[in-house]
Amino acid sequence: MVPLSHYLILSAILFTIGMMGVLIRRNVIIIFMSIELMLNAVNLTFIAFSRFLNNLDGHIFAFMVMTVAAAEAAVGLAIVISVFRNKPTVNVDEMNIMKW
Amino acid sequence: MEIIAPPIDLTGIMPMIIIAITGILVLIIDLFLKERSKNILIFISLTGVIIAARVSFSQYGGIHYSFHRTFVMDTFSVFFNLIFLLGTALTILISANYIKREEINHGEYYALILFATMGMMLMAGGSDLITIFLGLEIMSISLYILAGFRRTKKESNEAALKYFLLGAFATGFLLYGIAILYGVAGSTNLKDIAASIPGRLFDQKPLLLMGMALLIIGLGFKVASVPFHMWTPDVYEGAPTSITAFMSAGPKAAAFAVFFRIFIDSLGNMEPNWNVIIGIMAVLTMTVGNVLAIAQDNIKRMLAYSSIAHAGYILVALVAANSLGFTSVLFYMLAYTLMNMGAFAIIIILGNKGEEHLNISDYAGLGFKRPLIAFAMSVFMFSMAGIPPMAGFIGKFYIFSAAIKAGYIGLAIIGVINSVISVFYYLRITVIMYMREPVREFNPISLSPLIILALIISVWGTLHLGILPGTIIEFARKSTFAFF
Amino acid sequence: MELLAFYILGAGAVVTAVMMVIHRNPIVSALNLIFTMFCLAGIFVLLNAHFMAAIQILVYAGAIMVLFIFVIMLLNLRGEDWPPLTWKKLLASFIGILFVGYSLIKIIGIFRGSMLPVATPLPEDFGTTRIVGEKLFTDFLLPFEVTSILLLTAIVGAVMLAKMKIDKG
Repeated sequence: MVPLSHYLILSAILFTIGMMGVLIRRNVIIIFMSIELMLNAVNLTFIAFSRFLNNLDGHIFAFMVMTVAAAEAAVGLAIVISVFRNKPTVNVDEMNIMKW
Repeated sequence: MEIIAPPIDLTGIMPMIIIAITGILVLIIDLFLKERSKNILIFISLTGVIIAARVSFSQYGGIHYSFHRTFVMDTFSVFFNLIFLLGTALTILISANYIKREEINHGEYYALILFATMGMMLMAGGSDLITIFLGLEIMSISLYILAGFRRTKKESNEAALKYFLLGAFATGFLLYGIAILYGVAGSTNLKDIAASIPGRLFDQKPLLLMGMALLIIGLGFKVASVPFHMWTPDVYEGAPTSITAFMSAGPKAAAFAVFFRIFIDSLGNMEPNWNVIIGIMAVLTMTVGNVLAIAQDNIKRMLAYSSIAHAGYILVALVAANSLGFTSVLFYMLAYTLMNMGAFAIIIILGNKGEEHLNISDYAGLGFKRPLIAFAMSVFMFSMAGIPPMAGFIGKFYIFSAAIKAGYIGLAIIGVINSVISVFYYLRITVIMYMREPVREFNPISLSPLIILALIISVWGTLHLGILPGTIIEFARKSTFAFF
Repeated sequence: MELLAFYILGAGAVVTAVMMVIHRNPIVSALNLIFTMFCLAGIFVLLNAHFMAAIQILVYAGAIMVLFIFVIMLLNLRGEDWPPLTWKKLLASFIGILFVGYSLIKIIGIFRGSMLPVATPLPEDFGTTRIVGEKLFTDFLLPFEVTSILLLTAIVGAVMLAKMKIDKG
């Protein structure tokens, strides 16, 4: 039997990898994928807690997170496309009309 | 096994339903409209907002849970609903001319504003983290789109992208915090979490603290508090001006409503653990916001930093965590909505197509050429600076007295010092308007009956709340009964 | 046996996640992320979350990632070169990694040190479609209904932003 702490540590590691991706990469698409990875790690936490608490609320929450992730993906990629049309780059460092 | 459908009680979510239906109606009717008859949409949206406000107001009083305790309608959420609806109505009024001028007059604009409003109402009334989260996402996604609504403008694209990336990043932290909290409490319901915390404070305290810290990061992004404020100036500058106005009022209030509800209602037992962190955040937010606002030349950026500073004042009230603090926050959010909307309305009026005149020096001589507009602008600036007899003064007065009452005298003093700093940059605009020779013509300015109505409401509201605050203070005080 | 499956799937998820973050080519990154999601779906099965495992593959790997790959191909993105390293950047990323690594170790410490619930026997139908669906349509009816507005917003917004040109009137 795998103890709960293993699942939580795995999800913390994945969350951190996603966070590092957001911080070190400059490609918008990869930053965005790293955010998806973070959401996945959170889902793992929800589902692990859900199983060990014997309570299904966590499944429902993870389900909602997936819905939100899908909605965010659609909107986020549309934003990337609309940016790309005016300025063909996906590098966040080149998006500097206004200072950060 | 038969599934028994739960009883469905729609009274609590009635205002939300009205707003959502109005939004969908706008989308459908828009299909059949010619470009010049799009004004109908303004009236449909406004009617929806007014009906929702009427319904919401009639529900004032008492606490009413519905949908298996995932949604609550109490005095607190009704007061916030009214603030959101006021902000939305003013946004629609000031948008009408602006979106025609910028050639973004699409029906989706109003629909998205209405959906965002629905999200905010869901946030204010959520009594389960899941409803709060979904409300937050509906609001945020609508705002990402609205920030990028001027698709042909690079600034607008950039604003949308930055807002989206940082917003989604913050959502990740918020969710992780929620997940940890769920693991500790075994439920996402705010009341259940509150009930389980005393028992967990011994054996699972580190886990609780971690969840709390992640929640602070996530919500800190949404309310734009330092050190999570980096997105604010860019997004405020790049987004369409009417949307900037919208973002600085309703969504901010909604994020604070959630902040307060979670931290007082659910994590109230952990107050000794969070009040220091939030106190430090409040000090940083006020100071950084005010100091950086001084250096800005672009008026939208200046107002962005000013909105950061105002978030700092409100965090002071959260630290105070008493009934007076809550009253002051409700009052302050209302006052801030009015004065901020008014200031942005004037920015819109003074811009022209293609040239928005956002530089502060563009306001030189406004006092001679357009005395009424300059007067209105001075009212808003004085109010934001907290000079009596404006609404902003009363709001700040109550916030700082709440802090003193709770024993945070140092925090109150820092707040007052910050207020004094802020006078400098707010007055600078007034000085430029009245003491400098005009450098440009103020003709033609884009005035329309709707935007004049918005201005009149804002000026009247700002003065009324400042001179005769009694009724509203009483109303706000009653609205905090849900907590104290 | 279960522990072995967990370690294999977990290691797979971590390795592909790291590959996703460090690879130059966005397509390879996306494929790695899909693999991470498959591994996570496997872990969900270990946790008796059968419905969520299926949804994870259908929605994440099947829909969201396809959208990503579609956009990467639409924009015709190639692998980028890593930007030239400067001392400043190196120092910044070093401090960043140190900080993040430290907090990760802290978090792991918290998880190991806390009194976490231990596994209890589950009801037979835990995590099946039927039971999750029942929960969704009774206790969490409002959140479920509200997602319709969320998705409508996303559809309207995505069309609005990505449409080639907007016809007037």
